Amino acid sequence: MKKVQFKSNYSQYFFLAPQLGILLIFLYWPIIQTFRDAFTMQDAFGFGRQFVWFDNFLFIFDDPAYLIAFKFTIIYSFVITLVTGAIGLILAVQANNVMHGKSAYKTLLIWPYAIAPAVVGVMANYFFSERFGLLYHLFNDLWGFNWYESVFDSYIYLIIAGSWKQISANFIFFLAGLQAIQKSVIEASIIDCKSSLRRFWTITFPLLMPTTFFLIIINITYAFFDTFGIIDTTTIGAPSGETRTLVYKAYMDGFRGLDLGSAGAQSIMMMLIVLVITIFQFRYIEGKIHYN
Amino acid sequence: MIRYFSSNFSHLILLIGIFIMIIPVWLIFASSTHTASIINTQGLQFFLGDKFLENYTKVLLYEGGFFKEITALKMFLNSFLMATGVAFLSVISSLMTAYVLVYFRVKYATLLFWIIFITILVPLELRIFPTYSVMSTLNLVNSYWGLIIPISASAIATLFFRQFYKTIPDELLESAKLDGANTWRFFIDFLVPLSKTMIVAMFIFMFVFGYNQYLWPILVTSSEQYWTVVMGLKMMSGSIVNKFAFVIMSMIPPVLIIIVLQKYFIKGIFQDK
Repeated sequence: MKKVQFKSNYSQYFFLAPQLGILLIFLYWPIIQTFRDAFTMQDAFGFGRQFVWFDNFLFIFDDPAYLIAFKFTIIYSFVITLVTGAIGLILAVQANNVMHGKSAYKTLLIWPYAIAPAVVGVMANYFFSERFGLLYHLFNDLWGFNWYESVFDSYIYLIIAGSWKQISANFIFFLAGLQAIQKSVIEASIIDCKSSLRRFWTITFPLLMPTTFFLIIINITYAFFDTFGIIDTTTIGAPSGETRTLVYKAYMDGFRGLDLGSAGAQSIMMMLIVLVITIFQFRYIEGKIHYN
Repeated sequence: MIRYFSSNFSHLILLIGIFIMIIPVWLIFASSTHTASIINTQGLQFFLGDKFLENYTKVLLYEGGFFKEITALKMFLNSFLMATGVAFLSVISSLMTAYVLVYFRVKYATLLFWIIFITILVPLELRIFPTYSVMSTLNLVNSYWGLIIPISASAIATLFFRQFYKTIPDELLESAKLDGANTWRFFIDFLVPLSKTMIVAMFIFMFVFGYNQYLWPILVTSSEQYWTVVMGLKMMSGSIVNKFAFVIMSMIPPVLIIIVLQKYFIKGIFQDK
């Protein structure tokens, strides 16, 4: 913190008021309600509310659909993180390597970042439609692709739709990470190691670790939350619920099923998952990586 | 120069990357300039057709929501209002909060820090129904404030402003104090002008974030009057070429902002000067 500061005075309340006010009313109040929903059960007519301890939680663990959504969310975040991270890194290394046209490449590669996931989904829809979808027909010719029936094929569909725009985000951050590495470090490494590929894995990549772990968190968050718009505009869970993320399922249970107790319990499970990942990131990974 | 691969190879890989990014959008754009019957019989088109003006004006002015109570033009206006509102509200409130966190000797500083930043772990998707019930208690369903405020309840920009303030040398406040600046003067005359790049970067970030919202507008607007572009895409009726045209138009505002203000955006996010 700063050594020189203002003494505590009344103006600080004025400066804090807008954000604290918004957070308390529109964030903390709903969170408290989420907890209330998760530990209570409403009767069918919405009149009474009964405290039921962990019944809502036990109920979701007994629900096979929850475990299917859990499995999909894990696989989906893992693949999205891997695919977009790898392609983003490859592109960033090449963009950092060229002498001419670096800024043009940058501009031409970052714009998909700005497109809404739901818009990407609507677009992906056109490429995977049975009627005139180019990718649908290409894959169909190759191995009889049919995402309406095959779970594997619907995974492929969502992985392609979900990765496309996220490559941009990975590219921007990796490029910035590469540009932040001091030239002298790389120059020194050239003297020690002739193989450029080995030099990349032993010198450059370890120096990119902070960026990599930051991006892992960003990509997981994206796969957990932002892909809602993609799923809702593409498979909507097809073939039969196998491509629903935890967030998508919680929303459907709350909205279609009007089961707020279950939706609340599912939200709290998600909060716990996010919390565990964050703690893991701070405690375990941040201590083990090299910062330059 | 330090090279891992030959330059030609790099150019090739980058061009493939750009191709993958551009070709889907191009195919939809080119197809949006044809008639629906061509798309239905021959599939997506690579070359431009001659129905550009016809299809795009039809979408903007005539086609609308399910009940035809809204045109695409109105949806763009709604999206623009929502995104601008989100950007203004969150940037201003975050700027002020970060100021207190860094420049004031507050009594419960650690507690305050956690109250604010733990919220980043709880995105709107995890509290969406209770947020809706709060909004309906406050009578904000089907209103612009209903679209804007819950999306602005985010401490991400606060985190960035806080990081930025911490890099400002202590001498700034010392000299400002010598000049007799109080908490208001220091904020308005020194800190805000100095944070210009960061403010623009966060404004872009929050604008795109607000514009791209999908789930929240669906939930909070039952009246078509408040529909936004991104949620309207799925609801829209009309022929396939009009949908193509609408998809293309829906991308333009955020993509244009990112391209035009790219320099500020990257400078702010990565804090390199």
